[in-house]
Formats: sequence, C-alpha cells, structure tokens
Amino acid sequence: MSVDVRLRQRLGAFALDVAFRSDASGVTALFGPSGAGKSSIVHAIAGLMRPDEGRIAIDGRVLFDSNARVNLPVEERRVGLVFQDARLFPHMSVRDNLLFGWRRAKDRSSEADISQIVEMLGLGQLQSRKPAHLSGGEKSRVALGRALLSSPSLLLLDEPLAALDASRKAEIFPYLERLRDVARVPIFYVSHTVDEVLRLADRVVMLRDGRVDGEGSVFDFAAGEIGELRAATGAVIDARVEGHRPDGLSVLSFPGGVLSVPHTPALPGSRLRVRIRAEDVLLAREEPRAISANNVLATQISALRAEGPSQVDVHLSCGGTKLVARITQASAARLGLKEGEAVFAVVKSVILDPHALRGMGALE
Amino acid sequence: MSLSDAEIQALLLSLRVSSAAVIAALPFAFAAALLLARRNFPGKVLVDAVLHAPLVLPPVAMGYLLLVVFGTRAGLGGFLFQNFGIRFVFNWTGAVLAAAILTFPFQMRAIRLSLESVDAGLGDAARTLGAKAFDRFRNVTLPLALPGVAAGAITAFAASLGEFGAIITFVSNIPGQTRTLPLAIYTALQTPGGEAAAARLATLSILLAVVFMAMAEFVQRRARARFT
Repeated sequence: MSVDVRLRQRLGAFALDVAFRSDASGVTALFGPSGAGKSSIVHAIAGLMRPDEGRIAIDGRVLFDSNARVNLPVEERRVGLVFQDARLFPHMSVRDNLLFGWRRAKDRSSEADISQIVEMLGLGQLQSRKPAHLSGGEKSRVALGRALLSSPSLLLLDEPLAALDASRKAEIFPYLERLRDVARVPIFYVSHTVDEVLRLADRVVMLRDGRVDGEGSVFDFAAGEIGELRAATGAVIDARVEGHRPDGLSVLSFPGGVLSVPHTPALPGSRLRVRIRAEDVLLAREEPRAISANNVLATQISALRAEGPSQVDVHLSCGGTKLVARITQASAARLGLKEGEAVFAVVKSVILDPHALRGMGALE
Repeated sequence: MSLSDAEIQALLLSLRVSSAAVIAALPFAFAAALLLARRNFPGKVLVDAVLHAPLVLPPVAMGYLLLVVFGTRAGLGGFLFQNFGIRFVFNWTGAVLAAAILTFPFQMRAIRLSLESVDAGLGDAARTLGAKAFDRFRNVTLPLALPGVAAGAITAFAASLGEFGAIITFVSNIPGQTRTLPLAIYTALQTPGGEAAAARLATLSILLAVVFMAMAEFVQRRARARFT
C-alpha cells in the first residue's frame, strides 16, 4: 500500500504546497494547527477540491495528475471520507446509511464483513433508527462504518472527533483504535490534537502554513524529532502483553526491554500502546537499587537538546526504542552526560490508555 | 347546499385546470429551485426577480401578455397552431397555461426552501460513496426536497383554483371550457337572480382554499418532525 500526494494550490492569500508519500498501511496522521492546510489536502485527495497542479495516486492508481490531465471524479475515486459533521442522510435509517456506499461499490465486501463492521462499531442495536435519533458519538460511528463499507482504497478521517465533547471523544476512541487494528485500508487521520496522534497514528506528516514541516514515525513524533514546531516530547511504545504477575502488575515487553505496569485486563499476547512522558523519566549513571520505581531501563544517549534556558531533553535509545528524559541542564552537567554514553532511565510512570483496553474484549 | 349541473361543471373544470397547472409547472419549478438554491452566478438577483414576477404582476396584465405571445395570430401561438394544431386561446389548456405560470413561484419557493434546509454537503458525502449525479438526485436530493414539493404543489393548487384575471383575459369565459369557479361566480353575479349561486360557489371556493392550505402546513410539519 502506498499513497502519493503532491499538490499545489492557491486559495486566496493561502498557498498550499505539499508532497509526501505514505507506504505504511496503518494510520498516517496529518497533524498541524488549524489553517495548516490539512482539510484542503484531504478534500483534494477525495476530489472535492481541484488542486492547481500536482499528482495524487494510491497504489499506482492515478486519481489526479495535472500534467497527464487526469482528474477522476469523486464518485470514481474509491476514497472514503468521514466528515467532521458526519453528514448522514437524514431520511434513511442507520442501516441504509451504512449500506449506501456498499451498494454502489464495485468489489464490495461480503455480507459477513457487514455484520463484522456493524459489530466492531457497536451499531447492532441502532440499525433501524433515523440519524435524528442518534447521539453525536453514534453519528460518528455510523459515518465511519458507512465509509468503511464502501470498500475504499484509502480512508480519510477529517477530524472526526472535532465536533464532539470530551466524553463523546472518549466514547469513540476505542472504536477508532479497533479500526486501526483491523482495517486493511490505509487511513489518513487529520488532527490538531497531539493526544489523538499519539494514540492512533503509525506515521505522522506535520503540516504548517500549507507546507510539510516534517514527517516520520509516531515514535519520532513523540520524541519531538520531526518538524520545527515540536509538538510532543516523550515516548510511544507499542508493547506486547506478556502476562500478569501475582503481585498485581502486568508485564509488557518491547524491543528494548520489559516494563512492569499496573494491572491491565488486556490478554497476554495482545498489543498495547503505552506512553512515557519526558518529565516522567529520571536518569542515573549507575543502576539504582533501592528505589520505588518499577522500571529501570538500560539506555544509550543518542542526542542532547537544550529546551529553554534551564532544561535539556536527553534522547535515549533503548534497544532501538526511543525514549526522552527532560532534566535540568544543571543535572546534565553534574552527571556529565554526553552523546553515545550509557545511562539508566528510571521510569516513574507509564500511561496506559484505559480506553484502549476495552477494545481487547467485548465492549459493553 | 346542492349544486346545479353548470356549477358542478365549473367545479370539476377548476380541479382539472389546477391539477394540470401544478403538474405542468412542477419540473420547471424544481429546476429553478435547484438553480437558485445550489448555484451562484452573475445576475442571480435578476433571475430570481423575474421568476418571482408572476406573484406581483397584475393577473390581467399577465393574461394580456399571454394573448400577445400565444394568440393564434401571434408569433409563438401562431407557430404552434399552424405546425402542431396546438391552440391555447378559448381552450381549457390556455387556462392551464395561465394558472401554471401564475402559481409557478409558489412551487419554486417551497422547493427552494426545502432544498436550502438540506445540507449541501450531503451531496458531497454521497459522491464520496460512489453516487453519480442522477443517483444523488434520485436518492438524496429528491427525497429530502419531497416535503417542499408536496407543500408547494398543494399551495399552488389552491392558488390556481382562485385564478381569475389572467384566465378571463387570455381564454375568455366559456362554459365547460374555461369557466372555472371564480369565473362562474363572476358570471352568476352578472346574471339577474344569481346571488344565491354566487354565494354557494364562493363558500365552496373558500372551503377548498382553507382545506388545501391546512394540508400544505400539515405536510411541512410532518416533514420537519421526520428529519430533525
């Protein structure tokens, strides 16, 4: 799976000029502040906006090419788009909304897939309802299912959570995480919220003022290594649940070592994304013995970056996994930290997403 | 209250003329409503005004205009008569034409309102789901505009029943051919001893108007309740 996007467009005083390529099938976040051009890119890919010039292709299938004068109409692009405002058809039941694209798809998924997606999005009980009788979160889920069932070759989510309040967001998140884990289509996820990106994305394309400010993996993004406008500092680790210890802790493994975390109901063998904030990591020259923290990791310093007048972000590599520790410049000087040196990272706390866990078993 | 044969004839003719006028104007009203609701173009204000003109133009003037254009000795009317044998003057179809033009704005306005209350973004959503133009019209735009179509048609029908000036000017007052209810009332008043007939017919007209307006309101209310 690969998605090629190169486009240029003038929109009044705003100029959009971006080029990026996404090879991964997972979730690519288009991240940036409002007005960065995220939605314009998504609309151009879907065909709802015509760029002045450029080329857009999915797996070699050209949707738009200004040089070759190719401009597939929206309805032939097979690009699923979930709008911010859901845009369900008010005169149709949830079921008819869900099947609107499915009925029109050329190589549509099987009936079994329909029930699987309906199940995954928790829509089983809602099928005969009209959109007017759905909550905001339910509408978003129907819009997701409707786009997914149209058998798209790319799924675009244009800030699908933006119109929802915090509790609705929390309600919809597990569904998005499940979607990421089971969907076989590449997903572009537009967001201006760091938290959403850290939880959902595999890759990140950072956008600013109509240009690509940087791109890389979500791990690079979390470490603040992409883009001039660094959005996040910390670590995202996709770990594997190894098991649950009798003392109440769960054990997770990742390429750089093992983490003990407060009990999670996730089944052994399942994948779990955890986050470690830079402020929650201490550094020690020697392996600390009598200490309350459960996790001490052997790491190597890959870079030191001054952060403001008094702090420094120490970028660490733990068997290839990236971590960041934010300490004072005074401490760094006292310990004499230098690039390439070995150091122990003491992890004070690991953030497990409570909602992510529900996705592992039955939902309600 | 029993009606004479002539009065029943006038009533039936009125219903026939009004029904035909509504059906004839509907496609044009829908197209005009789509144009005004979904497109922006230079001169839109002018087009809007011209399309609404039948609402404010004196009906007698409209009847005169129709006579000028569609009279058998006139340009378009002569052409239609000589080549196709279509004649509007002194014919019930002329009454239909007059009523259709005069009540066209009622249909256009109601359809336009219902189209404007439907999010234009739904069309884009349908496109991304693979629906082509006719498919979108048939399955998204039309069903959502249907309450407006129904309400507009009922209002236009009721208004057509009352059309007088344009009909009498354009196609005259011929029993069984162009003498609709209002013309029958007028005729009764011109006839010595016709007051009772006039009163009967007027009462009937008022009843019909009230019933149809109530129906239009009911249809729109139900539609609002369904979609929101």
